[in-house]
Amino acid sequence: MKPRFNDVATVRSGLKKVNYLADDGIAGVVFLADRLGKPVLIEGPAGTGKTQLAKSVAELTGARLIRLQCYEGLDESKALYEWNYKKQLLRIQADKNSDSWSEVHDDIFSSEFLLARPLLEAITSEEPVVLLIDEVDRVELETEALLLEILSEYQVSIPELGTITAKQIPLVFLTSNNTRELSEALKRRCLYLHVDYPDLEREKEIVLNKVPDISDNLADQIARIVRSIRQLDLKKAPSVSETLDWARTLMLLGIETIDEKEAKETLHILLKYQTDIAKAAKELSVTK
Amino acid sequence: MPVLDLMSGFIVELRNAGLPVSLTENLDAMEAVKVIPIEDRDAFKYALGATLVKNNAHWRVFETIFEVYFSLRGPEYAITQDGQPDDFWREMQEQMDQVKGQGEGKGSGGGMDSLTPEEINAMLMRALMSGDQAMMRALAKQSVQRFAGMEPGRPVGGTYYLYRTLRNLDLDNMLQKLMDANSEMSKQELSSLEQRLEKDEFESRIEQFKQEVESEIRRRLVADRGAEAMAKTLRKPLPEDVEFMHASRDEMQSLKKALYPLTRKLAARLARKRRHGRKGPLDFRNTVRHSLSYGGVPADPKFRYPRPAKPELMVVADISGSVAAFARFTLMFVYAIQNQFSKVRSFVFIDGIDEVTKFFKSTEDISEAINRVNTEADVVWVDGHSDYGHAFEVFWERYGKDINSKTTVLLLGDARNNYHAAQSWVVKEIAKRARHVYWLNPEPKSYWNTGDSIVGEYGAHTDGVFECRNLRQLEGFVENLT
Repeated sequence: MKPRFNDVATVRSGLKKVNYLADDGIAGVVFLADRLGKPVLIEGPAGTGKTQLAKSVAELTGARLIRLQCYEGLDESKALYEWNYKKQLLRIQADKNSDSWSEVHDDIFSSEFLLARPLLEAITSEEPVVLLIDEVDRVELETEALLLEILSEYQVSIPELGTITAKQIPLVFLTSNNTRELSEALKRRCLYLHVDYPDLEREKEIVLNKVPDISDNLADQIARIVRSIRQLDLKKAPSVSETLDWARTLMLLGIETIDEKEAKETLHILLKYQTDIAKAAKELSVTK
Repeated sequence: MPVLDLMSGFIVELRNAGLPVSLTENLDAMEAVKVIPIEDRDAFKYALGATLVKNNAHWRVFETIFEVYFSLRGPEYAITQDGQPDDFWREMQEQMDQVKGQGEGKGSGGGMDSLTPEEINAMLMRALMSGDQAMMRALAKQSVQRFAGMEPGRPVGGTYYLYRTLRNLDLDNMLQKLMDANSEMSKQELSSLEQRLEKDEFESRIEQFKQEVESEIRRRLVADRGAEAMAKTLRKPLPEDVEFMHASRDEMQSLKKALYPLTRKLAARLARKRRHGRKGPLDFRNTVRHSLSYGGVPADPKFRYPRPAKPELMVVADISGSVAAFARFTLMFVYAIQNQFSKVRSFVFIDGIDEVTKFFKSTEDISEAINRVNTEADVVWVDGHSDYGHAFEVFWERYGKDINSKTTVLLLGDARNNYHAAQSWVVKEIAKRARHVYWLNPEPKSYWNTGDSIVGEYGAHTDGVFECRNLRQLEGFVENLT
């Protein structure tokens, strides 16, 4: 199969074109995922653009995004495939008299009566797809096993039909918020990417990119304040999306340069715990 | 093929450091190396990281080992003085020759040798002031060469050279100097917020410079001793394997960071375990509801899940010097998953005992509560040396009646009683009343019952004494507890 990207730099500039600012690590892993044909497991704090990365890659490659949102209790019939029981019933009742049993039996277990769920859909699709398996840490450990076959072989085995192999190898992204340790088996099949809070320059660029009409000076100040806040010992450090919310708020308020008072008054957009807000307010006004 | 040799050595070292690298991951890394050129060092590093490291807590260890094994690769990382002519060195020389044409001028000795330490210092300050990365790197190289006094074959660790280099540069006062210079330069008075931001910026630059110096020293040591020997001296335990009793300040920080995600995972696991795994009686209503999609045949029986009662917990912790860190971590751990218990009460003692539950109740911030425990709890009775016997006696008198058949009591400490009376009858009485009594000891098993440790005498009355030297063991114990 033809690789989608030539080198790491192309990935990076391409992602930038679709408004996703990748660092070296992110671009490198996306490039590798394409070359090695392996899924990418993305971990990291909430709100650092894990899901967005999959969406942006889909946009970049012009592929359709198929998304499987994981939750506790997700099972085969929601993730892989399900037999269309009602249609099968109708088929049997429609011509009760004409067909012999063996014909009907073969017939009702054909692909016509199969309901493809996201995973099956992703590998049977003709056009290129990006498969996003979101918050994979929410499913039970046993359910994880469902994913293993598709992740390593890009195929699905259906007892009544046989094995369905992928027509093209999709780019697969799994995201995890790290609420539990994923199984070794799953991790082994994936490339691992940890997306952390961006560094100062990248965060500033993201702000400049995502918030229209913001001045360079303000974006710089925002990035620096957020960095200082993240260094504190907080329950929940501000995420990138919260930084963007804050930037937009400041724009709406028509603030050009942030001073102490305004910073304190708008802290509740960055921080969601009262103890954190109090701590940050105290820290920002005291110089040692 | 030298890269292949280097890779296998690298992977062996990762395994030695405790990272679980499987064979398939090893093969993946080899595949990855094929498509990423080794010259692009950052991309190379991320490629190896993505295939070999599947846990973010292990990234630091990986990075260090990567530096050791691949630090001499790539032209801009080469060392600028002559070394011994071994294979490694020759290869590097070749690489250097390749880039000479491109004008590899910055920082390569020569002109800087004539500078006095004061001049270097002034240059460093200018570089830090402007945040000039190339200048900082060049200066780091230069100062290591000038001040560290490294001699080949000398059996001294990198920290010694780091100390010698930094002592000459006087970085401690650098921050203040930078701040002063900065406020002089700006026209109007800086607000405190701006000052704070400037300070953070300078701090991060100084930190960056220190790291440059450190990795320069490391590079030179690798060139001198070879990668394997160097990796061995740098080998550090993973955060979950750091011993509480001997943790350095840096390790304490990383322990603290590792603690939170660990507890979150544990809590999620415990909550799940509570809900699943056990089946109760048939849930008739739910079964009928689900039978509808099978044409009325109850093909998919549903069960009611029992909700077992959560245990009540009493933590009694020794917080005297030697085991303070352990007590602190266990308390943090227990309170971080306190919703897994119906009630948590905590007591701390040295030779007197005090209840500290209120500190945790009044605030959401666990580390603040721990600080208050350390400063406000009334735990000294006579001389501030551990006296388990007296502490237990008082505990029994004051709180013994609160122990009931739902209570699990955790006793934390090394049981080094300074030869006071043991009063182990208290533990026996507690064990009679409580559901379970466990003793957690942060000392290695081989030290138990030596010297003034009488953990055996207490332990005889408990349901078990557990060695709890690191986070991994602590996590394992707490998981079995609930």
